[in-house]
Amino acid sequence: MTDFYGIDSALSEEERAVRDSVHRFVDERVLPIIGDCYVEGRFPRDLVPELASLGVFGANLPEEYGCAGLNNVSYGLIMQELERGDSGVRSFASVQGALVMYPIFAFGSDEQKRTYLPKMASGEIIGCFGLTEPDYGSNPAGMITMARQQSDGSWVLNGAKMWITNGSTAHVAVVWAKTNGDKDERSIRGFVVPTNTPGFTARDQKGKLSLRASDTSELVMQDVHVAGDAILPKSAGLKSPLMCLTQARYGIAWGSVGAAMACFEEAASYACNRVMFGKPIGAFQLQQARLAEMLTEIVKGQLLTLHLGRLKDAGTMTPQQVSLAKRNNVSMATDVAREARRLLGANGILAEYASMRHMANLESVYTYEGTHDVHTLVLGQAITGLNAFQ
Amino acid sequence: MKIAVCIKRAADMETRFKIAADGRSIDEAGVKFDIADFDGFAVEAALQLKEKDGTGEVTVISLGKDAVQETLRKALSMGADKAVHLKTDAVPADALAIARVLAAELEGGGYDLMLFGRMAIDAANQSVGPMAAELLGVPCVSAASQLGVAGGRGTARRELEGAAEVLEFPLPAVVTIDEGIARPRLPSLKGIMAAKKKPLEVKPVQVGESRVTVIKMELPPERTGGRIIGEGPDAVPELVRLLQTEAKVL
Ligand SMILES: Cc1cc2nc3c(=O)[nH]c(=O)nc-3n(C[C@H](O)[C@H](O)[C@H](O)COP(=O)(O)OP(=O)(O)OC[C@H]3O[C@@H](n4cnc5c(N)ncnc54)[C@H](O)[C@@H]3O)c2cc1C
Ligand SMILES: Cc1cc2nc3c(=O)[nH]c(=O)nc-3n(C[C@H](O)[C@H](O)[C@H](O)COP(=O)(O)OP(=O)(O)OC[C@H]3O[C@@H](n4cnc5c(N)ncnc54)[C@H](O)[C@@H]3O)c2cc1C
Repeated sequence: MTDFYGIDSALSEEERAVRDSVHRFVDERVLPIIGDCYVEGRFPRDLVPELASLGVFGANLPEEYGCAGLNNVSYGLIMQELERGDSGVRSFASVQGALVMYPIFAFGSDEQKRTYLPKMASGEIIGCFGLTEPDYGSNPAGMITMARQQSDGSWVLNGAKMWITNGSTAHVAVVWAKTNGDKDERSIRGFVVPTNTPGFTARDQKGKLSLRASDTSELVMQDVHVAGDAILPKSAGLKSPLMCLTQARYGIAWGSVGAAMACFEEAASYACNRVMFGKPIGAFQLQQARLAEMLTEIVKGQLLTLHLGRLKDAGTMTPQQVSLAKRNNVSMATDVAREARRLLGANGILAEYASMRHMANLESVYTYEGTHDVHTLVLGQAITGLNAFQ
Repeated sequence: MKIAVCIKRAADMETRFKIAADGRSIDEAGVKFDIADFDGFAVEAALQLKEKDGTGEVTVISLGKDAVQETLRKALSMGADKAVHLKTDAVPADALAIARVLAAELEGGGYDLMLFGRMAIDAANQSVGPMAAELLGVPCVSAASQLGVAGGRGTARRELEGAAEVLEFPLPAVVTIDEGIARPRLPSLKGIMAAKKKPLEVKPVQVGESRVTVIKMELPPERTGGRIIGEGPDAVPELVRLLQTEAKVL
């Protein structure tokens, strides 16, 4: 494991134990199959019950809902290890935990929490998160999906969501919609919609060259009628889905470091074994420079996430700090993956090796949960106080 | 059913070892430690017996310095019910001295089964379990690859060279566990949290005089690169000659 700065010693025994369990799980259950899943464009669904019994879903939510009740550093380490396997597997866990269980936990009624959280922790219920629309990606405030309350208190939803991870697999969707014809972003509320409700359809998006071991779907809602208690009562405006994204981005900041570690380790090992011009390619200065650069950036990313995790556990973490970490670490990981791929020569284009899979996956991670550019603008605004979005 | 499992904290065998400056021990800096391999199988065997039985209690016991508490907590996170840390600053090389301390703890514990790994993966003595059985005056089965309990009696299977043997024995008994039994489970994240709340008793112990001491430790010689004698059938006679005269393996 890449730990050049002995960061292990800054982790508690419990944090290390959590990391080690997930690490071994990924070695034994994910790595042997993930290359094939990627090539076949298939999410390894068989892993869901195993991930659930390991306790991965919503691991930082309280034990009273069947979750592990871990701190946020442990949660981050789980994401790091899962993404060391594959960004698609980590995405599944992020969506389940940070984008579906978290909003039910944070904005749901007691009834909703009791109904959904334990079954989501156990993997019996799979969730998806519908925010992005065909015409509203970076700017979700413009969404046109609408929920209209009926005289009996129930709701009718109409609209389309796109790029929805787990969309076709999910039993429930947390759908964000504007309410009662009000186009203002303050009318945005969350709804827990069973995906078997008449009028709700999900179709996988075909032709993906990235995140292939993950389901990404389009959701269409045509007069989807749900009960009055399908609304997340404490959701209020765009800031509610953005709070979910902060949770998920936090995990991505860790996850991307895991992907980078996998690529670096593959490259370092390859460099020591591949002999060209009579010596291991790792003995040439060019490849040493490449590896040194990769390692340096990974160590910085590791230190960044650990401190971010300590801030989150202390309750002082800001969304802008999360933006900085997501932006830096994902971009760093895309670079590391590409350099690893290059170091591997022709072998680097094969699915038998992990680097190109990670490289392609990370392009999705670069784009979702706020594109790299969008986080640049978030930081720009934090620095100058001036809004560059409009 | 009450089951005790004696577990040792040992270096992860995938680590690259360095000999410490004293020339008689491993340099522990940067070395990852875990439940010694066979001891992990023993913990798994105990947990499976308890689960099959529906009732019972699994106690894990480890002798050593404070660091063994991490190893004990790992076993607790796998599902053991309680742990005993027999605290000492130095664990001797003398298997009998170790067996005496463990037997003293096991004695009077009311255990039906007392499990050990077939051997500690680092020291590879294969003696602590059988010695403890002798000291306790109970039957001992070593290197069991299967283990069952029914009607107050135990059954075990042992893999031999080219055959297997099945044994029966009365309880209480000592069984040392081989790897065939079942892979040790991963501690679940909930298990890790639960382990913090399970009892871990610390008992300072005096380890008796050690009559065996390690005087020197050395790493195996660096492997040198292979040599190509020639190619095709023509090279075979020369290869055979060198294997006989130089490598002396034929
Ligand atoms: C594999 C995958 C899974 C996904 N899963 C989910 C999911 O589960 N749920 C969900 O709701 N969404 C999901 N998404 C959607 C994702 O969040 C969006 O793709 C993302 O928000 C970007 O939106 P867009 O694709 O419409 O790009 P656009 O917003 O059209 O952006 C296109 C380009 O313009 C840039 N840009 C946009 N605005 C500005 C600006 N103001 N200034 C400068 N540049 C700008 C962007 O940075 C980008 O480079 C997923 C996406 C992918 C690829
Ligand atoms: C899709 C594809 C199609 C191909 N088609 C053909 C074809 O039709 N015919 C054909 O003959 N070949 C073909 N090739 C092979 C291609 O030319 C080789 O892959 C290329 O020469 C690199 O060799 P390698 O893959 O063995 O990498 P290696 O030579 O092992 O290189 C591995 C890494 O080490 C670096 N490296 C090597 N030597 C040094 C050095 N001295 N100092 C510093 N760094 C060094 C390389 O830059 C690379 O990053 C093809 C390859 C691919 C991927």
